[in-house]
Amino acid sequence: MDKILVIIFGLLGIAFTFWFFLMKREKEVSVENLPAGKAGEIDIKVSGGYSPEVISIPVGKTTKVNFLRTDPTDCLSEVVLGDFKIRKELPLNQKVTVEITPKEIGEYPYSCGMNMYHGRIVVR
Amino acid sequence: MNKLLTNKLTTKTFPIKGMHCASCVRVLEKSLGGVEGVSNAVVNLATESATVTFNSKKVTDNDLVSAVANVGYKAGINEELKTEDEQKQEKQKELRNLRNKVLVSLGLGVLIVWGSFPFLMQFSPAILQNFLVQMILAIPVQFWAGWEFYRATIPALKHRTANMDTLVAIGTTVAFSYSAVVTIFPQLVESIGVRPEPYFDVSTIIIGLILLGRYFEAKAKAGTSEAIKKLIGLQARTARVLVDGVEKDIPIERVVVGNVIRVRPGEKIPVDGQILEGESSIDESMVTGESIPVDKTKEDTVIGATLNKTGTFLYKATKVGADTMLSQIIKLVQEAQASKAPIQRLADLISSYFVPIVIMLAIATFVVWYVFGPNPAFAFAMLNMVAVLIIACPCAMGLATPTAIMVGTGKGAEHGILIKDAQNLQTAHKINTVIFDKTGTLTKGKPEVTDVVSTEVILSERSKSKDLILLLAASLEKGSEHSLAEAIVNKGEAEKVKLMKVSSFKAIAGHGVEGIINGQKVILGNRRLMEKEEIKVEEREVERLENEGKTVMILGADGKLAGLIAVADTLKETAKEGVEKLQKMGVEVVMITGDNQRTANAIAKQVGIKRVLAEVLPDQKETEVRKIQQEGKIVAMVGDGINDAPALAASDIGIAMGSGTDVAIESAGMVLINKDLNSVALAFELSQKTMRTIKMNLFWAFGYNVILIPVAMGILYLPFGILLNPIFASAAMALSSISVVSNSLLLKRFKIYPTYST
Repeated sequence: MDKILVIIFGLLGIAFTFWFFLMKREKEVSVENLPAGKAGEIDIKVSGGYSPEVISIPVGKTTKVNFLRTDPTDCLSEVVLGDFKIRKELPLNQKVTVEITPKEIGEYPYSCGMNMYHGRIVVR
Repeated sequence: MNKLLTNKLTTKTFPIKGMHCASCVRVLEKSLGGVEGVSNAVVNLATESATVTFNSKKVTDNDLVSAVANVGYKAGINEELKTEDEQKQEKQKELRNLRNKVLVSLGLGVLIVWGSFPFLMQFSPAILQNFLVQMILAIPVQFWAGWEFYRATIPALKHRTANMDTLVAIGTTVAFSYSAVVTIFPQLVESIGVRPEPYFDVSTIIIGLILLGRYFEAKAKAGTSEAIKKLIGLQARTARVLVDGVEKDIPIERVVVGNVIRVRPGEKIPVDGQILEGESSIDESMVTGESIPVDKTKEDTVIGATLNKTGTFLYKATKVGADTMLSQIIKLVQEAQASKAPIQRLADLISSYFVPIVIMLAIATFVVWYVFGPNPAFAFAMLNMVAVLIIACPCAMGLATPTAIMVGTGKGAEHGILIKDAQNLQTAHKINTVIFDKTGTLTKGKPEVTDVVSTEVILSERSKSKDLILLLAASLEKGSEHSLAEAIVNKGEAEKVKLMKVSSFKAIAGHGVEGIINGQKVILGNRRLMEKEEIKVEEREVERLENEGKTVMILGADGKLAGLIAVADTLKETAKEGVEKLQKMGVEVVMITGDNQRTANAIAKQVGIKRVLAEVLPDQKETEVRKIQQEGKIVAMVGDGINDAPALAASDIGIAMGSGTDVAIESAGMVLINKDLNSVALAFELSQKTMRTIKMNLFWAFGYNVILIPVAMGILYLPFGILLNPIFASAAMALSSISVVSNSLLLKRFKIYPTYST
């Protein structure tokens, strides 16, 4: 009997893990399309990951992405936007701004220095 | 904050937050400079600070703060500039903290092991064998030392993400909680037929060893970014600027273009500039990688952060702040270190699914062991599940590529090899054909006199002297503006010949020059000029020189042949060696030039290049590069980066070679800032070594997880009876990421041979 229960709970646990971590819907936050010459701006809070995780920004325009890390986890102390050749230290509780001007439409992932936490920049 | 009061003018230096590029500097300087009453605003990207000189009666701190805020940055006007030392101290404090946690958790862990390990417990004091005492010892390890695993896990779970800390937190919590239940309610465990046996040794030692791994990893990781720190540290802090004839030491941030600066022997040159007065020998090795000091004199350019060795000189600042060569190099290296190699994409993809998959495997392990495992099934199931959670090491995969790229690009930068991004680094190791542009790359790009030949057909004994031939030619050419004339006059000056007066000087277009020296008609030019003057030319000698790729000028005096002067663009001292090294690596070397075939062949022969593309106009170079690519070759084009930009862009890797501050850093995928042609082969070698390190790291990181996770699940139990103790799992995990970082650090030992100054 206990074995059957363990099997059932085990399968439920696996299904829950799959659903919880791999089926999550990432909420996309879009940077407003501002008039030419003015940079769009977005704040990303860095705590246990990035919120918002997915941002969408306009192509060909400069967007300022402000990272504010409030989580002391060492892993998050660096952010890497490899496609934009940016690797920045994120000192705790200090806003760090990176400016990006994507030239092509597409999806550009970003992550922490150890590639544990991930986010995406969608260029439209 | 620095404060200098001069009458009403105040100068303040304060930190600016949010800066990241050269354009920020300009935007900020413009905004601060636009405030009424501000007379000067200089923003420094490297130190992330602004130095503003203003009229303190007109301008308040708030004006400056809002000028900075208006353009999107933050001025920390009342904050002290955080020095590098302070930042270093902070890091060291964190490391000390981590070390204390390691010592406490391993110390307590050892006590628990002593009191619980079957063989050791016979020799331990009875108190340590008490489960409650073991729990009391394990509590600080779990919730103080191990707090950082929870601290990282809780917010991550809110985001529905998981990382390595999640695995450690779950693994140790399971072991600790089960042990706590066994200690507090032993009857409960007994009632389900399990012997009450806690595993506090497992939870404490795991935490201790993983933190120990983190400690070493943090120390090793600091070493990967050493090169960039060294480059930043090269910057001078002050400059001795001449103001109204008086020398004054001012902070480097306040130096502006046009300032006249004095540099004494043994001092660092503060910013880039051009010598106005004086001469010296300058050690540029720290920036360009050239080990031999370079002699510089009036009008020569000097590079900021290099070391003045012997003389004193005055120079004019031409580039300051973010525009200096050092700042450009730092920016380039930082960008390269942040870039991603294509090889990393797979690791990225795997690591995004890795942790949830490990959690699912751990659950499956528990179920399988509980259902099918031997007795005590629960203990086996739990310990194996903990082993799976603990042994998985996503960190090693995350660190495999970036650490190697950081060390590799940093190592290159130390020796004047700037690799623009990881993609170029990856391509460089596949290059099998290198095309060298001739002029200015293989050669010095400046014609020089190579031969002075006195012919047999001469009138007087005196004119047999080569000196006389040079004297006549140089005297005559002094008035000419032809590029070859400059080479002859320079040679004359170098040989210290005293020029003679020339009368009736005449330049004959397409032929040469003529004039009267000491009452004698002297002519210097090509064959056509000699034919015109009916002078018989020693053809054999002329042809011999021309076959060597030289341009021959014929000197006639008094209607007779007097001598020959050959002028050629000479090879750089390292050209032959540089080409040989590439050929030894199995790389085909091609030369491309606009010169005629004969000259091109002659130069190619001297350096040992077999394939020559001659008479190629600058705009056709790109087509030639593409033609070679169509042969299936992976091509690197080496040029000066200025005239051959399209060809550099068309090649798989464009390599710009240059010296001093003129290098067009933006123009290529790789920039060699020393004049040494050996650097091309070295750059490829460095790229090969870096790629090998990356591949080894990835192989190790993947292999480790692919092999050891199944072992932790118990795959070897049935055939061999082998099970992985969670304590060994944590030791393996700690070692795995350290080994990846250490392997990357081995790249530092890559030998770069001394370079040669040309």
